[in-house]
Amino acid sequence: MKPVAPAAVVAAAGAARADAAAERDAAGDDDAGAIRWSDALSAAALLAVDPQALGGVRLRMGAGALRDAWFAHLRSFLDADTALRRVPASVDEARLVGGIDLAATLRCGRPVAEQGLLAQSDQGVLVVPMAERMRPVTAALMAAVLDEGALRMERDGFSLLAPARLAVIACDEGLAADELPPPALLERLALWLDLGAVQGRAAALAEALVPPPEPEQLRAARACLAGVAVPPQLHEALCRACTALGIDSLRVPLLALRAARAAAALAGAASCGPEHAALATRLVIAPRARQLPAAADPGEEGEEGTQGEQSPPDPAPGEENAARTPDDAAARDDPGISVDDPAALAEIVLEAARAALPADLLAQISRGALRRGAGATPGRTGVQLRSKLRGRPVGVRRGELRGGARLHVLETLRSAAPWQSIRGRAPGAVAMCPQRLEVRREDFRVVRYSQRTQTTVIFVVDASGSAALHRLAEAKGAVELFLADCYVRRDQVALIAFRGRAAELLLPPTRSLARARRCLAGVPGGGGTPIAAGLRMAAGVADAVRRRGDVPLLVLLTDGKANVALDGTGGREQAAADALAMARALRATAIRALLVDFAPRMQVEAQALAREAGARYLALPRADAALVAGAVRSVRAQIR
Amino acid sequence: MATAALHAHPPQTSPAPFPFSAIVGQDEMKLALLAASVDPSIGGVLVIGDRGTGKSTGVRALAALLPRMRVVLGCPYHCAPDKVAGLCGACKGGTAKAPKSVLTPVSVVDLPLGATEDRVAGALDLERALSEGVKAFEPGLLARANRGFLYIDEVNLLEDHLVDLLLDVAASGENIVEREGISVRHPARFVLVGSGNPEEGELRPQLLDRFGLAVEVRTPTDIAARVEVVRRRDDFDRDPAAFRARWEAQETALRKQIEAARRRLPEVVAPDAALERAAQLCLKLGTDGLRGELTLIRAARAVAALDGDKRVEDRHLQRVARIALRHRLRRDPLDETGSAPRIERALAETFGS
Repeated sequence: MKPVAPAAVVAAAGAARADAAAERDAAGDDDAGAIRWSDALSAAALLAVDPQALGGVRLRMGAGALRDAWFAHLRSFLDADTALRRVPASVDEARLVGGIDLAATLRCGRPVAEQGLLAQSDQGVLVVPMAERMRPVTAALMAAVLDEGALRMERDGFSLLAPARLAVIACDEGLAADELPPPALLERLALWLDLGAVQGRAAALAEALVPPPEPEQLRAARACLAGVAVPPQLHEALCRACTALGIDSLRVPLLALRAARAAAALAGAASCGPEHAALATRLVIAPRARQLPAAADPGEEGEEGTQGEQSPPDPAPGEENAARTPDDAAARDDPGISVDDPAALAEIVLEAARAALPADLLAQISRGALRRGAGATPGRTGVQLRSKLRGRPVGVRRGELRGGARLHVLETLRSAAPWQSIRGRAPGAVAMCPQRLEVRREDFRVVRYSQRTQTTVIFVVDASGSAALHRLAEAKGAVELFLADCYVRRDQVALIAFRGRAAELLLPPTRSLARARRCLAGVPGGGGTPIAAGLRMAAGVADAVRRRGDVPLLVLLTDGKANVALDGTGGREQAAADALAMARALRATAIRALLVDFAPRMQVEAQALAREAGARYLALPRADAALVAGAVRSVRAQIR
Repeated sequence: MATAALHAHPPQTSPAPFPFSAIVGQDEMKLALLAASVDPSIGGVLVIGDRGTGKSTGVRALAALLPRMRVVLGCPYHCAPDKVAGLCGACKGGTAKAPKSVLTPVSVVDLPLGATEDRVAGALDLERALSEGVKAFEPGLLARANRGFLYIDEVNLLEDHLVDLLLDVAASGENIVEREGISVRHPARFVLVGSGNPEEGELRPQLLDRFGLAVEVRTPTDIAARVEVVRRRDDFDRDPAAFRARWEAQETALRKQIEAARRRLPEVVAPDAALERAAQLCLKLGTDGLRGELTLIRAARAVAALDGDKRVEDRHLQRVARIALRHRLRRDPLDETGSAPRIERALAETFGS
């Protein structure tokens, strides 16, 4: 399979389609799908050519037959010696990095190290299903290995640097836009594939038209990879494409360069041509776009430039763009185009990127989801999983070596020691070495850790029209003062706003207060006052916080004048009754709460609400910083 | 299950890193690392920046750049033969004669994520305990980092108990191990270098404070510089040895500059005028405590020494003010735009514009 394949696919697909006009729409989908699938197979082939340099693949699609098919192809492309190994995203550090092999240690009577998965997978490919569930620490470990090609292990008395040249395939099965594998890992995986929309028959179509490469071809590609020449303009073309698409990281053009080189090797070319650069751009650069490229120089690009600019408002620009790829690519593949002109090469690359931009990019940009600097893992980075490994050691207890508990060697040996003479005589005991220490399961002592529980402050902000419009800014100011206090105490914060018909969780619990502040600044005001909905959501978040072992604290900012009931309908009476009912439910859960009444005059409704919720009431007649700060401190003192 | 042969010795060094002098731009990071290697008492360097900005590249490059140092032969803590103060127990209690010494590369020790406390602080030598029944101390990473650098990538993901340990050791310059029936204390003076991404979580204020200099790295925005970064990195990846050879002259020159600066450092004076300027600047910025002023002056002296100057002038202070004070402004975590403009304003007011 040559990287120019998509053009061929669609040319043929177009011909096949001509006699089936009735199925036009379906065929259009199939075209786009066929191109994607063909690119996906190219990506698999590129990975097989140079796995370590490319780092790996981000495979965004659900589990299923099609994904299995992709992996089957990858398996057939890879060198027979290269192992594909599945690793759960929840793998713990000890398994990943290695450490002491307790069984062997006890058997041999001397410390024996156990290799972790990363070192075991040297020269192999790690496959991580459900990578969106991966913890940042796991991702950072993998990232370090991808960067260095080696694993540093400093654990359990062992210190070693083991080769770990591997590639990672992160199966991204996240449904929500913000459900992403950790960015530190994604950053290092060159090839990003989004195959969620590809249908089986599109894949079949692509494969029928473009036969996958033979093992022989891949072997040849691997052999000639080092000799592939890169025209000096290519660096600049790739950098320009990245800049045009708002990609800051310099790893991206570098990875694209490596992909282009692998593509040239796969095609048996002696040097990287425009078509290889275009494929690399489609697979590496375009999926990472954070902005739409600016209009091309009109003199140079003319038609296509404006077309690229006009298509985004289209409901499904991606489909159309993708469908457009073949013609452009075909035109570009014309050998008449000179590679020597840097501007022309840059334009080819950028055009390839434009054509392959994700379909929902515009929507994401308008939502601000791709805003630079905005956290890519909202709410997850601050959440630390508890384990038996964290915190301060506070002693030793008998216990099983399960769930990552850490063995206290000396205490274990100490507890085993008195029994040695008896065990040595027992029938069936190993009699090879009389001095050997025999340690049994009941001797195991594990270290106990204690960890201070953490407080998560959940802000519930009334952003409705009644209370807020003129007071919202002051409420925000008050929350900022609270935030400063949270910062000092290293609390986590969560932010809920309610207005209109419902409440919205703007920020799940996080330790990043800068993000909380940013989030807060973006809260719009206006609409009804669904206090009950806000309370219900707050109770849900508080419950989740509690389940994690943290202490929730609610801070509710409102004037207490509910006018939207729990079911979203208007009506003051029902709304007030619902709010009070939710407040009583909250009280039953014994969650500590503080109600800040920010109406110009104290409101009886707010007072009633505070009473029912068992919350402390604080009137905020004017945004008086000193008063609020004092109140916060006293409430905190009470809660601690 | 595959098992690795046991070895408790320092691991073999990783392949030669990217040359320090070939790093494009990132002047602030380079200045901070050079200043810290001229005068380790400045304290550590914190490198904060987005992904793909070359944080680790810079720190690892430093390892290959640093001039060799003289250490007592066979001492696990790299004791300096000419300094009696700060010797480890073994070297102190040795014979009256000057111990044998060798020149070794300065250690830049990686503290990898997932490291356990016993390997960081040192612990009972398990093998000898189990096989010979001897209670011996197995030195950890802190021992290896003595008189060198300790590098923590993704410093904000470090486990809390390790952070506590590091804070304690960095403050006292001594590592005290009381565990598993052993009781050892040994010198552990090192330059702590941390790098991290602000999006991965915030750093504990105590740890932040422990770093003498804080650097913010960004990718260059200018396209020519970006192209140059990619080109050099690609050249390096394809043939590291040839690339290093091409940059050897610059590396040597830089190494000589560091050596000369170290020799010159004791003679560099900070006149009263400079001290006053530093105090004014810190007062304007409302930095907490005296540590800011001290670091500012020390960093300015190191930079003066690097420049070949004999006294600290305003220009030296101006060059290091941002990196020395950025992380010490009175904390207002909610003010994102805060620190940079505040420092610029204070600089303009202090030094006139």
